[in-house]
Amino acid sequence: MAIEIEKPTVGLSKVAVSDTHGEDSPYFAGWKAYDEDPYDELCNPSGVIQMGLAENQVSFDLLEQYLEKHSEATNWGNRTSGFRDNALFQDYHGLQTFRKAMACFMEQIRGGRAKFNPNRVVITAGATAANELLTFILADPGDALLIPTPYYPGFDRDLRWRTGVKIVPVHCDSSNNFEITPQALEAAYNEAESMNIKVRGVLITNPSNPLGATIKRSTLEEILEFVTSKNIHLVSDEIYSGSTFSGEEFVSVAEVLEAQNYKDSERVHIVYSLSKDLGLPGFRVGTIYSYNDKVVTTARRMSSFTLISSQTQQLLASMLLDETFTANYIKTNRERLKKRYQMIIDGLRNSGIECLKGNAGLFCWMNLSPLLEEPTKESELILWKSMLHEVKLNISPGSSCHCSDPGWFRVCFANMSEQTLQVALTRIHDFMDRRKAMKTSN
Amino acid sequence: MKLLSRKASCNSHGQDSSYFAGWQEYEKNPYDEVKNPQGIIQMGLAENQLSFDLLESWLAQNPDAAGFKRNGESIFRELALFQDYHGLPAFKNALVEFMAEIRGNKVSFDSNNLVLTAGATSANETLMFCLANPGEAFLLPTPYYPGFDRDLKWRTEVEIVPIQCSSSNGFRITESALEEAYQQAQNRNLKVKGVLVTNPSNPLGISLSRHELNLLVSFIAAKGIHLISDEIYSGTVFNSPGFVSIMEVLMNKNYVNSPVRNRVHIVYSLSKDLGLPGFRVGAIYSNDKMVVESATKMSSFGLISSQTQYLLSEMLSDKKFTKNYVSENRKRVKQRHAMLIRGLKNAGIPCLESNAGLFCWVDMRHLLSSKTFEAEMELWKKIVYQVGLNISPGSSCHCIEPGWFRMCFANMSEQTLNLAIQRIKSFVNSISESNNISPNQQYSNKSSRRKSFSKWVFRLSFHDRETER
Repeated sequence: MAIEIEKPTVGLSKVAVSDTHGEDSPYFAGWKAYDEDPYDELCNPSGVIQMGLAENQVSFDLLEQYLEKHSEATNWGNRTSGFRDNALFQDYHGLQTFRKAMACFMEQIRGGRAKFNPNRVVITAGATAANELLTFILADPGDALLIPTPYYPGFDRDLRWRTGVKIVPVHCDSSNNFEITPQALEAAYNEAESMNIKVRGVLITNPSNPLGATIKRSTLEEILEFVTSKNIHLVSDEIYSGSTFSGEEFVSVAEVLEAQNYKDSERVHIVYSLSKDLGLPGFRVGTIYSYNDKVVTTARRMSSFTLISSQTQQLLASMLLDETFTANYIKTNRERLKKRYQMIIDGLRNSGIECLKGNAGLFCWMNLSPLLEEPTKESELILWKSMLHEVKLNISPGSSCHCSDPGWFRVCFANMSEQTLQVALTRIHDFMDRRKAMKTSN
Repeated sequence: MKLLSRKASCNSHGQDSSYFAGWQEYEKNPYDEVKNPQGIIQMGLAENQLSFDLLESWLAQNPDAAGFKRNGESIFRELALFQDYHGLPAFKNALVEFMAEIRGNKVSFDSNNLVLTAGATSANETLMFCLANPGEAFLLPTPYYPGFDRDLKWRTEVEIVPIQCSSSNGFRITESALEEAYQQAQNRNLKVKGVLVTNPSNPLGISLSRHELNLLVSFIAAKGIHLISDEIYSGTVFNSPGFVSIMEVLMNKNYVNSPVRNRVHIVYSLSKDLGLPGFRVGAIYSNDKMVVESATKMSSFGLISSQTQYLLSEMLSDKKFTKNYVSENRKRVKQRHAMLIRGLKNAGIPCLESNAGLFCWVDMRHLLSSKTFEAEMELWKKIVYQVGLNISPGSSCHCIEPGWFRMCFANMSEQTLNLAIQRIKSFVNSISESNNISPNQQYSNKSSRRKSFSKWVFRLSFHDRETER
């Protein structure tokens, strides 16, 4: 048979071959090192401790107890058509009971200070999908979203990869505890303009990842004023709203809107998820809550690409409509996170390390800038590598979060047992002792 | 400044089409045996409700699977935390074996080449993102599933160029139709990245022949492009010649070492074969490592709930169950199909001869007032509002000949299907009464004239289609 001469074939798309998925960054490299040598109390006590994964493992027992008592949440109850109806339900509006449950849960988290209408809840398979979906709706390829730094490394992929939208950073720094200022917003907007890029919105994470701190009410008001004056959108990613250490300090943009009678609210959209507050990242439960009718309608249609399994919607509807359960969960979860936070802050302080004052989240924002050879990103990465390979802790370097001040690191504390956290703190303590000794001997 | 993106403001979501309009009418006035016996019967939804009892009995016998337990032990935490986009290994293994079983084990699949997605809707869109740039095109044989206009084009900005198929040869894909479509794309300055076929076909309900499959492989080999085979109805093939998967064709010695193997990708889902559309279980299968890698990362935007992955991994690992399910489900689909065909025949309405799917491709050309799409819409409206059946008009599936309709038969009880058949019979009787011809006579007269009409009809309808666009 004659040799077939292959014509030049069509390859893959530009999106497929680009590296905007961001998987070559240190954020993921540290993950790899952990995968290759994972800490285990018994089998691998000298392995790498994973402190780069913002998971909430402190309140599983509460969920397990609920499931023990409520088998009807998972076995489709006694109705003969329970399974069938659930299995057939693919309506992109989502289960009505589930939407109601999410709206109620979000209200409870905010201490009833804001009301949520179940008809504005759009379901998506995780906040990852919600953020991308909103980006498709609010911006065209080539347009930009302004995002305060430091920010969650995943945004580089989630918001930009398939959408073709750009991120222009709003620079925040340690001089004022990384708070977002109107000047910084204005500067970012102007930077985009100078590059002929159209800004379509601002995206904030509140409570902030990686800072572990809530945004002040006055700052939220300033941000709202800013987006209104520029006639752009505001996306508030509130996936850590249930992980504040006290009930009172978190102010949601929903509360600010309610206080001003929902004036200018059609530009505001909230993203929520159960991955952090409930510790259920595997179940892929995200929502978009928008005050804009057109956005709700469009997002709903687009959610066809990323619906939540009806089996999972059913389980969570049952769980989250149980107000006794949710009230207890929210309160207990907060207490435990606060305890963990205190443990890590004290432990770090004993080692001579300070953190940004935090009040929420599953991590703290640690300041190792005094340890840097030079105040540069390169120095930070060298320090990061020794933390990873010498101290055997996978923590996230600030540069992967686009932080403009070198030397800051995000350290997660809720994805491990107390004992493991203690081991990590001991390792850090020893590491700091060794450095002190080296310095004095020099 | 315009507040939303172009994607948000355009109507590529396709929700203004008749496909969805009929759905809306049904929602306003849905048939219920007891509460609303005059309501509209939904025959526009390709769901499989025939075999739930088999699933329910499995669930009753295996309560651990839905209760987050493995061998009596709770694995709740493990599942709650499992968000790895590579998917639950046990589930992927079970799924590829299930896929092989449906193909009579004539082919086998490697679970490392499988990417899980939240439904076939997500799988198809993801493949577009991986294989085509905005403005590039995929060729699709008509008629095709109306949802493709949204799934393949909306956010990806990929174009669809139709491969026109007609009743003159049973809507089979021909070499000339493929070449014509490719040429059409060139004329429109569109770079063609591939062909997408649904096998078995929706809305036709036929499995592609070996000849068609070989044609497709030669075509993409010659043009150096991709082929996507959406095989979500593969478990509903109930008659000969049986289901031939594109993977089987690639096992042919001519293709064993050919780079064309890496350009063929399969889409699968459990929404039709297992009747679980709510659970959002879809998959992409590809021999190309880069496609698998890229699609895997993209699946972050649409992962399957680990709770659901676990339940199904247990169910599909039960080989006794799957073997019985596949064969029993086939039998039931076959029986329902026969029932509808018989009923329509008695009303003088022919269907395309089919061996698969959850629907029939029904020929109502003889009931049109004229051979136009306007007449098709007129007839469709009568059927929805007067007869009380929501069926899908061929135009919504981009069929080039007016008068064809898709009617679903597996999403209702037998009684309801009987009622639907009665309503059609009455409708046809009332037409022939007003025309003073008996339905059977009408049928035989039309069929003898149909052949000479067909070429004429083809030309006429093509023109109509152009103006409609």
